[in-house]
Amino acid sequence: MTTVPTAIDEPPAASERRFWRPPGFVRFVLRRLAALVLLTLGITAVAFVLTQLVPSNAVATNLGEQAAGDPAAVQAFKHHYGLDRPLPVRYAIYLDHLVHGDLGQSSLTHDAVTHDLGQFIPATGELALYSVLFAAIVGIGFGTVAALRRNRPTDHLLRVASLAGISMPTFWIALVALYVGFFKLGWFPGAERLDPGVSPPPSVTGLYTIDALIAGKFSLFVQALHHLILPALVLAAFNVSLLTRFTRSAVLEVIGNDYVRAARAKGLPERVVVVRYILRAALPSVITVLGLVFANVLTGAVLVEKIFSWPGIGQYAYEAAVNLDVPAIAGVSIFVAVVYVTINFIVDVLYGVIDPRIRIT
Amino acid sequence: MSSLAYGLRARARSSRIPAAWRQPLAIAGTVIAFAWIVIAVFAPLIAPSNPLAQSFPASESPSLHHLFGTDELGRDVLSRVIYGSRVSLPIALALVAIAATIGSIVGAVAGYFRGFVDGILMRSTDLVFAFPPIILAMVVAAVLGRGLFNAALAIVVVAWPSYARIVRGLVLSVGDSEYVQSARLLGASSRRALVRDVLPNVIGPVFVLATLDLANAILLLSGLSFLGLGAQPPQAEWGSMVAEGTQYFQWWWIGTFPGLAIFTVVLAFNFLGDSLRDVFDPRTARRAVESDA
Amino acid sequence: MSVLAVESLRVKLPIPGGDVTIVDGVDYDVQPGEVFGIAGESGSGKTISMLALLGLLPEHSTVEGTALFAGKELIGMPRRELRDIAGRDLAMVFQDPFTSLHPMLTVGRQLSEHVRRHLHLDRHAAEERAVELLEDVRIPDPRAALRAYPHHFSGGMRQRIAIAIALACRPKLLIADEPTTALDVTVQAGILRLLDRLRREQDLAVILITHDLGVLSSIADRVSVFYAGRVVESGARGDVLQHPRHPYTRALLDALPHPEAAKERPLVAIGGSPPTPGHIPSGCSFHTRCTHAVDSCRVDVPELRAVSDRRLACPVDPFSA
Repeated sequence: MTTVPTAIDEPPAASERRFWRPPGFVRFVLRRLAALVLLTLGITAVAFVLTQLVPSNAVATNLGEQAAGDPAAVQAFKHHYGLDRPLPVRYAIYLDHLVHGDLGQSSLTHDAVTHDLGQFIPATGELALYSVLFAAIVGIGFGTVAALRRNRPTDHLLRVASLAGISMPTFWIALVALYVGFFKLGWFPGAERLDPGVSPPPSVTGLYTIDALIAGKFSLFVQALHHLILPALVLAAFNVSLLTRFTRSAVLEVIGNDYVRAARAKGLPERVVVVRYILRAALPSVITVLGLVFANVLTGAVLVEKIFSWPGIGQYAYEAAVNLDVPAIAGVSIFVAVVYVTINFIVDVLYGVIDPRIRIT
Repeated sequence: MSSLAYGLRARARSSRIPAAWRQPLAIAGTVIAFAWIVIAVFAPLIAPSNPLAQSFPASESPSLHHLFGTDELGRDVLSRVIYGSRVSLPIALALVAIAATIGSIVGAVAGYFRGFVDGILMRSTDLVFAFPPIILAMVVAAVLGRGLFNAALAIVVVAWPSYARIVRGLVLSVGDSEYVQSARLLGASSRRALVRDVLPNVIGPVFVLATLDLANAILLLSGLSFLGLGAQPPQAEWGSMVAEGTQYFQWWWIGTFPGLAIFTVVLAFNFLGDSLRDVFDPRTARRAVESDA
Repeated sequence: MSVLAVESLRVKLPIPGGDVTIVDGVDYDVQPGEVFGIAGESGSGKTISMLALLGLLPEHSTVEGTALFAGKELIGMPRRELRDIAGRDLAMVFQDPFTSLHPMLTVGRQLSEHVRRHLHLDRHAAEERAVELLEDVRIPDPRAALRAYPHHFSGGMRQRIAIAIALACRPKLLIADEPTTALDVTVQAGILRLLDRLRREQDLAVILITHDLGVLSSIADRVSVFYAGRVVESGARGDVLQHPRHPYTRALLDALPHPEAAKERPLVAIGGSPPTPGHIPSGCSFHTRCTHAVDSCRVDVPELRAVSDRRLACPVDPFSA
């Protein structure tokens, strides 16, 4: 097969030289964006259909008993929400309102659902932010350690611990954490975002810790953080385990690669090999789990917020569901689902940004 | 290098099934799950008292008389925990079986007919996946009305799409395989090839998913009951017992023990599912061996 | 003085249920500026014996024997010290250029990170060095290539880049592990010519590992043939490849669809398959596949002995001149 070498080697053949291919990244993003829009439309349809199944008298709950007795008011109400029209038309009207930012009025709070969401979202957002940050740092760290120490005691321990973490009901962890951290030890406050009677910092972001810092009230920041610790940790338990497991398998996926061996053969320090070569390659697969992490935070939020009296979106969704508050149910499901699919969209795009190979597909 | 991995791989494959049983996690999971099944079946014989009888002093801490204490209404917590297994286990088993069946059928149909049918079915799984499970389950349960049956139905609604996706993927990949393509060229019925090749390939992953889903279903079911959307009082159900515990958490035993029951059952299925995945997914099993070479 | 002198190197790897011997007492030495070829089938321990030198084996592997590199003992050297040699004086090119380059790091970074570390160059100097290296291996438009990712290049180009990375710190010895196996035939020749030119220009010793005797016949100065973790025959290229004396070497050559080697002889496949690690036959490990085996081959492990122009591990020596 081989010819006897000549002293000079010629440059690679022309067919080998074309190494730039047109980047199709924009097309990739656009395609995903189109899918996102369609999915969002589907979400609104599902939410709409669900609300139509609710066995309730929308007129009475929304207008109150007195107004419901007034035919003119009922007619006006029905007309505004299109209740006197066939289903597809009602959906179209619903969509029209939705596009104009009208999610209807909550029968529970008697406020616009959008207003309610604005009230409750920051509380959950703050909780989720700290919880996910903590889970990401600890989970990715644990997962990396487990993979590097695979099939050794540390790895086995982390495997059992992470399986335990995804097996514990969040509401039970919350109960135990409250009992120990609040009731027994008294180290942490047991409920709410701030101590009773303390007024929140002037709202900029709605996140108390950040608003407190902006307002320069350090003691308020500490207090808000103090209130966050217990619920955020409880909420993180599941995600720490999930990220540990994902990171471990993602790292194992790349750790046996020749380029890791090649990096060691270059004499790079182990720290550089682990961070730049192994984690860098494992990161895209870890990021794909972000959507799942968000879903878990929401699942946890519904349960944890109830126990910690945290005035967040989980509480709102729960109250809406048990009280059959139709506009609130629809509004909250649409909001949550849209955030969820948007996160998954961002993950897809991020994946493409982090892994240069994706951009050419 | 590659040759070495090859030798080791061949060895790993030859002892594939026994490997699952060499795993302590698989054994632990089996033992715990089996114990709970025994407890559920023989609950009336094991439980020291009637789970609904308010016949003892209220809120007594654990003692020799009441190993898990008594709750705020004077019921024996141990008996309630034992009877709770008769709620969670059979419901979870049934709903996972139903979800797996529905999902597998949908996936097989989508993968076999492809095209338009596939598009419609898969877009509907996308829609279910667009909602975090608890939100959808909560709304469905609330819309249908509170109660265990409706809660279980709600979980079926959120659980089936995973099976549809897996089975569809497997059917598609087998249909595309050169083997089936050439069988088709030779005039063999592609349907028969699909059945013969897909079934053995599908059973493993679906079984693994179902085992892990059992864990999720129990968590979700107890979560819905915790929220008051599932089991209704006075029924002894673990999730609603923990909910009672949160109202009286100075009496820690009321909520702690039922929570521990959920934890152990879910852990057992997670242990099992995780070990099974190592066995059935040749990729992970091989990786475990190869990465050492 | 030889660049590398390896003596009775033994490597055991941990597998579930005990250790398995992969390399079982190997001796060879590499002279400055020469291409030293190591031939053998998959699983003969070629690669593992090289990874052992660089401390790249999985943990809990056992390595015995000595390997003197530029006067320093590599076996048992602390990792910290080995890290200063690896990539600087002793570099390695891996078999598959599709997996040996990190897919998410630019070519420039992979070319310069160890240069900066080993040679203490600043960013600018390292980049200049990288451009120079890419020119050396004939990558067109080197400056643009620095900012490109490996997937922008074809297999042959990637292997050129991998060679540039290996040669970045001007090593004394380059270990090339099947550098052409993953490539198209036409590209293979280019890579071999490149290696040959670079070793002439840079006074570089090369260990070329391959299962393809054709590759060695074109470029190697001396050749060692591995079988089941041992050296069975070694000597000058012409002697070993033109007049093989070990039955295994001969069988390998007969199995080669090479116009020169098989002009009149029919193509003969070697019977049986190479033994898997952990299941090496007793005595001469080749005896189960050898048509010249006698009873003693089943029992006695043949020593690698100097016989006239070469070293040979076959007491039967059926092809002695």
